[in-house]
Amino acid sequence: MLNPDAKLDANLFEKPTMASSREGFGKGVVEAGKADERVVVLSADLSESTQAHHFQKEFPERFVQVGVAEQNLATVAAGMANYGKIPFFTSYATFSPGRNWEQIRTTIALNNVPAVCCGMHAGLLTGPDGATHQALEDLAMMRALPNMIVISPCDSEEGRKAVIAIAKSGKPAYLRFAREKTPVLTTAETPFEIGKAVVFWRSDLQKFGGQTSNKVAIFTTGPLSYLTLHAARELEKESIAVTVINVHTLSPLDTDTIVREASNAGAVVTFEEHQLSGGLGGAVAECLAKNAPLPIEMVGVQNRFGQSGGAKDLIKEYKLDVPDIVAAAKKAISRAKK
Amino acid sequence: MLSEVEIKKLALKANDVRQTIIQMLAEAKSGHTAGPLGMADIFAALYFHVMKHDPKNPDWADRDRLMLSNGHITPVRYAAMAHAGYFPVEECMTLRKFGSRLQGHPERDMLPGVETTSGPLGSGVSQAAGYAYAARLDGKRFRVFCLTSDGEHGEGNTWEGVMFAGKYRLSNLTQIMDRNNIQIDGNTEDIMPLEPLADKYKAFNWHVIEIDGHSMREILDTCHEVESIQDRPTLILAHTTPGKGVEEIENDYRWHGNPPGKGPTDKIPADKQKEVFLQRLAEVRERIENS
Repeated sequence: MLNPDAKLDANLFEKPTMASSREGFGKGVVEAGKADERVVVLSADLSESTQAHHFQKEFPERFVQVGVAEQNLATVAAGMANYGKIPFFTSYATFSPGRNWEQIRTTIALNNVPAVCCGMHAGLLTGPDGATHQALEDLAMMRALPNMIVISPCDSEEGRKAVIAIAKSGKPAYLRFAREKTPVLTTAETPFEIGKAVVFWRSDLQKFGGQTSNKVAIFTTGPLSYLTLHAARELEKESIAVTVINVHTLSPLDTDTIVREASNAGAVVTFEEHQLSGGLGGAVAECLAKNAPLPIEMVGVQNRFGQSGGAKDLIKEYKLDVPDIVAAAKKAISRAKK
Repeated sequence: MLSEVEIKKLALKANDVRQTIIQMLAEAKSGHTAGPLGMADIFAALYFHVMKHDPKNPDWADRDRLMLSNGHITPVRYAAMAHAGYFPVEECMTLRKFGSRLQGHPERDMLPGVETTSGPLGSGVSQAAGYAYAARLDGKRFRVFCLTSDGEHGEGNTWEGVMFAGKYRLSNLTQIMDRNNIQIDGNTEDIMPLEPLADKYKAFNWHVIEIDGHSMREILDTCHEVESIQDRPTLILAHTTPGKGVEEIENDYRWHGNPPGKGPTDKIPADKQKEVFLQRLAEVRERIENS
């Protein structure tokens, strides 16, 4: 069942509200701008598709157009942050942090100034744009940087909260957003704290006679997380107890929650719209290999580039669908029993 | 207008800075020699006359900012800062050593007054432009100086920043380019021709002033003149001599990245390099004093 403490939208299965996580950015950054006049937004010629145009409309004097120049985008932001502003610099994730990673490393992370890289159109579901525009490596690139907070919101509402929280943090950060409309799982009441994973689903063990050996913990991140909740429902029907944990912050990783929930379950699945190397799967594996070695099955993009296509086709082709998560859970449980 | 006596004082400061550069590089057994020696006059002018700053209060909010884009010439900055009173000159001898605040390439978090982290080339103009843009938003009056190398104009990021500063008419930004014509692998016009640099900057809507980067009076007059340019950023295109002050190494690109004791030995044997370099600088000092 949905974890009541997470205060998720009760209609998320049957009649979900649909919105993209980038829309959450658009709302959140206007709110952050109202709360703190140090907030500025930079755009590299993609203001509408990054949703930066909402801020532009509200605060034209604090909106900076840099043109098609992602290296300049990051370094101008670094200079502004060094001065004392809180710049959110926006582009597609394949270009920023894709093209300007070294600038981010030196002038933001090592410099330790609070510039926020906002990578839009991350993941597979960028619609028809194709592999050049599908960022599937960005979490790995950014998670490797010291000083860098890395957040991958699961929906529009969480994206909004992440922007507001980061504006208050005073730290370098990467926020990952997606283009596609997906179910909005969280509500205004859902807790959000940087670095704190949230349990979205926890099977009622009473249904299993108080305990069962058929247990799995599913760690998920990003806007396709709704699929893990559908998988949890399916698994419960097959008498498998499930915990779904939304790991919105990949760095710093909530190792306490990951170790606790993985150990309680004894079998682990990770799920992400990202290469398996270096993303959430990699992060959870690093954490558990050290603290609680357990069988892990990773569901994500398996060392391939993306391609043009609609959401349904891509989710199926790249094996990110509900049956893939269900199969991974069963495999992890069977490995745990050996 | 500064008197000849004051100009001479600044030239002597530059000589102090050059001597410290040689001592610290020899001690570190690593680092760049040509660029720092070539920029000593400009750094002396900035730290001892042009910039508003307070060595005892490096975070003073209204200070002028100096962003060094080509971080590898940081020995000249460290030496100038030390002589200006930011920290003891002896600390210069910790350059590039474990535990030192004087990292091989400068780090903002390590040493107050450094302003920004640099080393990877081509990112300074953009950072300085972002800084100047933000300061102007808040109505701040301080100046932002960005020091660049000619070689790093091979980087696309440099030109992106130049275009940005031109578009937004950042008149509070002054770039001083160390036009010394050398880079690691050879002379700039052989590696990747940069000329016509002045025309390129003018085409990007910058005001351009070319100077002799070793004429203290020209440096000072130009920095003063720049304050009257209110509608665009300014490039001071400073023609400098790499290795300035040590005639045996002047204009020799092989001295771009070597410290005394590890450079080419065709003119001076390795074990004599530090001694000879300091001797040459002492001779220069004598000439300044007697001028």
